[in-house]
Amino acid sequence: MIDLSLLDKQFFQLALVAALLVGLCAPAVGTFIVQRRLALLGDGIGHVALTGVALGFLTGTAPVLTAVAVAVAGALAIELVRARGRTSGDVALALLFYGGIAGGVMLMGIAPGGSNAKLNSYLFGAIASVTVEDIWVIGGLAVLVLGVVAVFGRELFVLCQDEEMARASGLPVRFLSMLVAVTAALTVVIAMRVVGLLLVSALMVIPVATSQQLTRGFRSTMLLAMVFGVVASLGGLLASTASTRVPPGAAIVLLALAGFALALVVGRFVRRGRSQESRVSQAGNVRVKEVL
Amino acid sequence: MGETAFAMTGGRVTLDGRPVLAGVDLTIHEGDVVAVMGANGSGKSTLVRALLGLTPLSGGSTLLYGVPPARFRQWWRIGYVPQRLAVGGGVPATVREVVASGRIARRRRLRRTSAADREAVDRALDAVGLSDRTGDSAQALSGGQQQRVLIARALAGEPDAYVMDEPTAGVDAETQRLLADTLTRLVADGKTVVLVAHELGPLEPLITRGVVIREGRVAHDGPPPQPEGECAKPGHQHVHPHAAEAVAGPLRGWQGEA
Repeated sequence: MIDLSLLDKQFFQLALVAALLVGLCAPAVGTFIVQRRLALLGDGIGHVALTGVALGFLTGTAPVLTAVAVAVAGALAIELVRARGRTSGDVALALLFYGGIAGGVMLMGIAPGGSNAKLNSYLFGAIASVTVEDIWVIGGLAVLVLGVVAVFGRELFVLCQDEEMARASGLPVRFLSMLVAVTAALTVVIAMRVVGLLLVSALMVIPVATSQQLTRGFRSTMLLAMVFGVVASLGGLLASTASTRVPPGAAIVLLALAGFALALVVGRFVRRGRSQESRVSQAGNVRVKEVL
Repeated sequence: MGETAFAMTGGRVTLDGRPVLAGVDLTIHEGDVVAVMGANGSGKSTLVRALLGLTPLSGGSTLLYGVPPARFRQWWRIGYVPQRLAVGGGVPATVREVVASGRIARRRRLRRTSAADREAVDRALDAVGLSDRTGDSAQALSGGQQQRVLIARALAGEPDAYVMDEPTAGVDAETQRLLADTLTRLVADGKTVVLVAHELGPLEPLITRGVVIREGRVAHDGPPPQPEGECAKPGHQHVHPHAAEAVAGPLRGWQGEA
């Protein structure tokens, strides 16, 4: 059973706040990233960020801060490789990812405070161990991320929709591309404590994939994805209170996936209903393409 | 002749080591209505993209209203209509969202949508007959309707010059007529129009100048070439056996579709 008596405990309240912020931020950024066909960007940044976490342990700095620095640097490197558009870019990215994980594991091994348990808590999340300082950092980053989406959303929409169009509209394409990468990096760090670096990307991608089964617009897709993100992260966290054997990170991601499967089925009916409706309204003139 | 809208001098473009444009000189004056024609793979799409600085030149130069693309700041003066609507990662966008994005060059960050923005978008939607589809997903529309969305997006920006990449390719007869009507109004307003076309169809009477590209060079520049023989007969369906042929250039991998 879900244990609601935990709601009085501070660690659980902090966990709820962290889950809420992740549930809001990850799908918001994820909508742009999915539209840009960069669904795996979050995974890449997550791998690189592990080295950042380990650097924190090695140098005695807060791992969240070193993770931010390394994740941002990694995201910019990935963006540079992407923008050059070489076919070898694929392999260059893969090398960066392996280096990130191997470097992280190695540094964690030799760091004074490092242990396998610590490593696991960053790889797979440890939402119950979120501290008050963590919440300040996560909260600050979340404000930054949602601020970027609010201020640059219109331009990012054009960029992610059609980069050539963005250029033909005189938008600062290079700057905006880097902004997407950096925002994704910040989101990875926000989500790292909640679902872990290996599952970070799931919350950026799955709610968006779920939402786009049901929506017709970009803005509505983003807003609905944020709702799904919050439901999955809070729901997964609550589900994990049923037993200490249920890991919250995995519960959140599996719940999000279950939502996706459901939306896939519902979406079929919604679309069928819609296309019939428009067939009637168009008096059979216009062929309505079923997209799926 | 008014101000020079676009001017390319000795323009060369190389894509994947293959020369696509081999030294093109092309000046478009304000008020010109130019059709850029040529066979598939002749470089006509590359030419208009390079003209706007969207495809980098490997030689020569191009100027937009007298300014190189990198330093050009008046992008609102240009309405670019790409060949097709980008689908991206599959996140839908409504017809209105796409058309409204045509205002982006005229808008400032942090400023809310003004009444003028909204009216321009309404007018553009009305002009292409999509006022009743504003809430539909643009990606779910038919090819011809998607083309109308793209044209409406350019109209919404209220530019001085329209650059259209194959606006007539693969669209239904109704959309072709609608495009002709829209262009007639634009021409009457003194707008500059550069359009890439494989065949002119109902647009023919509007065109004041034809530029024919062959193997990356300008083969003809002057009055639009008249169809001859069989092709000149009214109602002639211009059919080429190239639909299944792999398209060369930047659209590789894409197969012609109706």
